[in-house]
Amino acid sequence: MNEFFKHLRYVLTENPVTLIAGGLFMTLVVIAVLGPVLVPYDPLASNATLTLKPPSWQHWFGTDQLGRDVFSRVLIATRLDLAIAVSAVAISFVVGSVIGSLAGFFGGWTDRIVGRLTDTIMAFPLFVLAMGIVAAMGNTVENIVYATAIINLPFYARVARTEVNVRRNADFVLAARLAGNSSLRLLATHIYPNTLPPMMVQVSLNMGWAILNAAGLSFIGLGVRPPTAEWGIMVAEGAGYIVSGEWWLALFPGAALMLAVFCFNLLGDGLRDLIDPRRRT
Amino acid sequence: MNGSGKLRMIIGRLGQSIPSVIGIIIVTFVLTRALPGDPAVYFAGPAATAESIQEIRESLGLDKSWPEQFWLYVRDLATGDLGVSVSTGFPVAEELLRRLPASLELTLLALIFSISVALPLGIAAATRPNSWVDQLCRLIVTAGVSLPVFFTGLFMIYIFYYLLGIAPSPLGRLDIIYLSPPQVTGFYTIDALLDGDLELFGAALAQLIMPAVTLGTFTLAPLARMTRGAMLQVLSSDFIRTARASGLRRSTVLYTYAFRNALLPILTTLGMVFSFMLGSNVLVEKVFAWPGIGSFAIEALIVSDYVAVQGFVLAMALLYVALNLTIDILYTLVDPRVGLDD
Repeated sequence: MNEFFKHLRYVLTENPVTLIAGGLFMTLVVIAVLGPVLVPYDPLASNATLTLKPPSWQHWFGTDQLGRDVFSRVLIATRLDLAIAVSAVAISFVVGSVIGSLAGFFGGWTDRIVGRLTDTIMAFPLFVLAMGIVAAMGNTVENIVYATAIINLPFYARVARTEVNVRRNADFVLAARLAGNSSLRLLATHIYPNTLPPMMVQVSLNMGWAILNAAGLSFIGLGVRPPTAEWGIMVAEGAGYIVSGEWWLALFPGAALMLAVFCFNLLGDGLRDLIDPRRRT
Repeated sequence: MNGSGKLRMIIGRLGQSIPSVIGIIIVTFVLTRALPGDPAVYFAGPAATAESIQEIRESLGLDKSWPEQFWLYVRDLATGDLGVSVSTGFPVAEELLRRLPASLELTLLALIFSISVALPLGIAAATRPNSWVDQLCRLIVTAGVSLPVFFTGLFMIYIFYYLLGIAPSPLGRLDIIYLSPPQVTGFYTIDALLDGDLELFGAALAQLIMPAVTLGTFTLAPLARMTRGAMLQVLSSDFIRTARASGLRRSTVLYTYAFRNALLPILTTLGMVFSFMLGSNVLVEKVFAWPGIGSFAIEALIVSDYVAVQGFVLAMALLYVALNLTIDILYTLVDPRVGLDD
């Protein structure tokens, strides 16, 4: 463990970008948790006398077509956007690692079925499949989460399968088997914990893509309904005002989205360096 | 002998795509039948009576068993029948085919743009590691995957249309003052050229540039990253060192020896790039009011026209399988090592 922290300190000082990304991540989490306490205005309160005002000291990010404060809406939206991405990634992580581990451990038919399933999902352009799933299951926020979880499932299943498969006959596993552990127990307590580091990298690299995907779905009008504050739908609402020069409506939620994705991508790269220095690019 | 080996590999690869196609058909079938509630009630509309619902159920074949319904679905697909769009009243297949050229023109130009930027950038970054080009490449790669396409598109409109006024209004394939060229290929730029109308060609191209660059920027990142990685790996291999030591020209070593070998992993990445592209296409088409199949799907989604949406999903998936197949066949043809061992 001490070694690990030494390595952590080395990676952080070697690559200050990871440190910045870590700070950014903490800020996002604080905003998501404390959002309602931090906002200066009610994100849903409209004000007919203050519509489409450019950024000012009173309204840092300006106001939208209904006179709502864009800054408050961008802050409040952090919670919803992160919640969608985190729950989607959590579902694909849990389901993906279970079916991937079973496939890698038992091989044979289990492996073939899981392989066929992941191949079928990957045979679709992923965003298009997510659109189809939301259209079929109903246009709600929960279904955005499920759709995002399904399209990310193959990545987790494949990583888990490979990581379990290479350890299936490792010496420590054989020793544990000889000591009388059952197959499932071997898989759960001896092999599976070893797959967690690469899975964590996958989570972090995947989170940014999950956020982008969910925001893309709400940008085309799926899931989140107005007047809810969410980055994707705010960009969509602001899109109509771009051609008449009211840039702040779309810029700030879009920038928040970009920053969040950027942060997760950098963090993922940093985490990969930490866990597997050989895969550095 | 070599040729027949390759042919056999290509046929084998064609066979491998059959399970994917079967999987896709099963998934879209489940998606069309997994509508919340009773599809017959939905299609009958709000003013339906019990008899009219029953009638619709029978006409849609929903009263039959699932295997029977699946068989009917497959039979319709085999004749190119994707059902009738509830919102437009036209067959979905016809609607998609009519709009496909617009989407393909956009996607192809975007692909050309992203390849012509990503490959030189990746090669330059790999030949001079840690130089400013390499840093630039790294920045573009990380920023490129973090930028939502709809956001990039909107800000290009703001800068080039609103602020600078050099781009045409971002609405559709042609400015309203022009008439579309006589249809030959369906690509406005090519049709305009075939018609000999250079002004029209310019107008069509001007409308295309912003959406294509937006779409291309998003796919540039994985391509540049892969090019850099593949080139770095090839450049550090023994045969390159030998080639250099033999005194071959720098450009010969770089392009004839290294790049040709790096091309294979790049070609493999193209599959993933297409997946990104077909998905982002939908978003870009919405931003630029581009009348392609993505816009069609979004319009259908808004009015809950599920037949049209699932037809779109199926068409895109089949297109994607076809693209992947093409890439794999190209791979087989390009790589001289493939098919040699038998």
